[in-house]
Amino acid sequence: MTRNRNMKIASVAAFLAIVFIAVPAAISASGRFDLYYTLTSVALLSIASAGVWLTFYIGRINIGQGAYALMGGYVSAILVMNYGWSFWLTLPVAGLFCAAASVLIGLPILRLRGVYFAMVTLVLTEVARLLALALPITNGAKGIVSIPLPGALSVFGLIIIPDFATLQNSRLAFYLLAVTLMVVCFGVMYRLVNSRIGKLCQSLQQNEELASSIGVNIAYLRIIAYAVSSFFGGVAGAIFAAISQSIYPSSFTVTDSVNFMLNCFLGGLGYVFGPMLGTLVLYFGWDLLFQTGQFQLLIYSGLMIVLMLVLPNGLLSLAASIRKKA
Amino acid sequence: MAEMLEVSRLSKRFGGLVAVNNISFSVREKEILSVIGPNGAGKSTLFKLISSFLRPTTGEVRLKGERISGMAPHIAARKGVVRTFQETTIFKNMSVRDNVVIAHHLRSKASLLGFFLGTGAAKADEVAFGASADEILALLGLSSLANETARNLPHGHLRALGIAIGLATDPSILLLDEPFAGMNHDETMRMVAMVRRLRDLGLTILLVEHDMPAVMKISDRIVVLNFGQKIAEGTPSEIQANEKVIEAYLGSEDEAIGL
Repeated sequence: MTRNRNMKIASVAAFLAIVFIAVPAAISASGRFDLYYTLTSVALLSIASAGVWLTFYIGRINIGQGAYALMGGYVSAILVMNYGWSFWLTLPVAGLFCAAASVLIGLPILRLRGVYFAMVTLVLTEVARLLALALPITNGAKGIVSIPLPGALSVFGLIIIPDFATLQNSRLAFYLLAVTLMVVCFGVMYRLVNSRIGKLCQSLQQNEELASSIGVNIAYLRIIAYAVSSFFGGVAGAIFAAISQSIYPSSFTVTDSVNFMLNCFLGGLGYVFGPMLGTLVLYFGWDLLFQTGQFQLLIYSGLMIVLMLVLPNGLLSLAASIRKKA
Repeated sequence: MAEMLEVSRLSKRFGGLVAVNNISFSVREKEILSVIGPNGAGKSTLFKLISSFLRPTTGEVRLKGERISGMAPHIAARKGVVRTFQETTIFKNMSVRDNVVIAHHLRSKASLLGFFLGTGAAKADEVAFGASADEILALLGLSSLANETARNLPHGHLRALGIAIGLATDPSILLLDEPFAGMNHDETMRMVAMVRRLRDLGLTILLVEHDMPAVMKISDRIVVLNFGQKIAEGTPSEIQANEKVIEAYLGSEDEAIGL
């Protein structure tokens, strides 16, 4: 028991050392500063994917996370540009706004199951894009541009995070921000899944009727899980808007929503850290296939199909089966 | 004996079809009451009405005087009316023990947030649920299978697990949906003994069943339905002698009711 615990602490420490020390050191040694942007994207996309993973965990196929990422991006951008809010304040507000919206949207649609829920969420992303085009406050197809970089964050006069615009290397700052949030997000997910809440979510996934017969308020639990999921989507979207200093209706599309879902599939639906690994592999895999030119999509989709046939429980199921043998 | 559950003038219409028509009866504390009837008599509908999986068209169900019909199933479960399922409805991908532990959810004192934060109440719940789950598994003879994944269990054990899940919620009245269906004679007799033991432990049990010999053996009282209406109510020997009942089952199944 304690040995298991020590193992866990050691692997968490190793992971933190890699993302916070080894990666920045390696990047500055090699001079490949563009990798910061790539890895920041991976971290943010994995946060959004973690949300999708949570909806999978209660037995719902969610292809609508793009809608909440877009919503989060716009909420943050509008609050910064039109109302002069600090980015740091808009970040939780964007998440909470998305969570609140997802409660309203989820109340009717979470009754649906299987492919029906999936279809509605798919439409959701498109509705979000069309809304962003049509609403006056989102500035239509021109989007919101020249969003200032995040300013300084100070508590009681103590500066915790410096003004990004004054930094020489804002890419590193964004990387650290995104990775920190990713660590927090997956920490929360791990705790959720390994507490009784995780077991309750599993009970929903496996049999909703039985779950309600043992007194689980299934509607309430579904809404909570979906709201947490959308919160993650909104936060990720808000940071994306801050990094690219712009947000357009096409910033998050149906393709992104589908990718969030694929990240979960690839990493493994049974593993909390599945979406993180899935996002990393999928993002770099797609980039590596760039050299194959016109065949990129063909090879990519072919590989995905093969992977799902050979490893239906995702990449992490490989590690689990190795551990079992050992 | 005090009345545990009271069904009064209960009806359910599906469009033009009256599945359950103006049925009244009551279940006394610590008795085993069986509801029987030919196919299509409305047994399953009645069962779902009592467990609040369906809303009655008219009439009501009361538990210890408190109305429970028309509420959500999880509310009815909280009040103490808990059902098992006809099919082998369990949490397939969890271990047998986890199935029973999670079914203790109703008894938990900690909130969802408490569980997330791992508060003292949540930890105490975990320990208490584990101990109680082990007790229930021992009672139903499932101890040796506790760590097995539920979907690998053989049929008879699955049914026992379904009952274990029901017991874990600490119900006032347990509703069993065809507990003997698909079982051979030996399995049925073992299940009969088990259900009686639960009754002796102080549980009130209402069951819906096809298997006549088992029903005659196990029941304190029997309610007979036909075409959505109650045609008889009484002890097993009264039911066996009741002409209406014989008529309802005449020809095809008179042997089945033990004549």
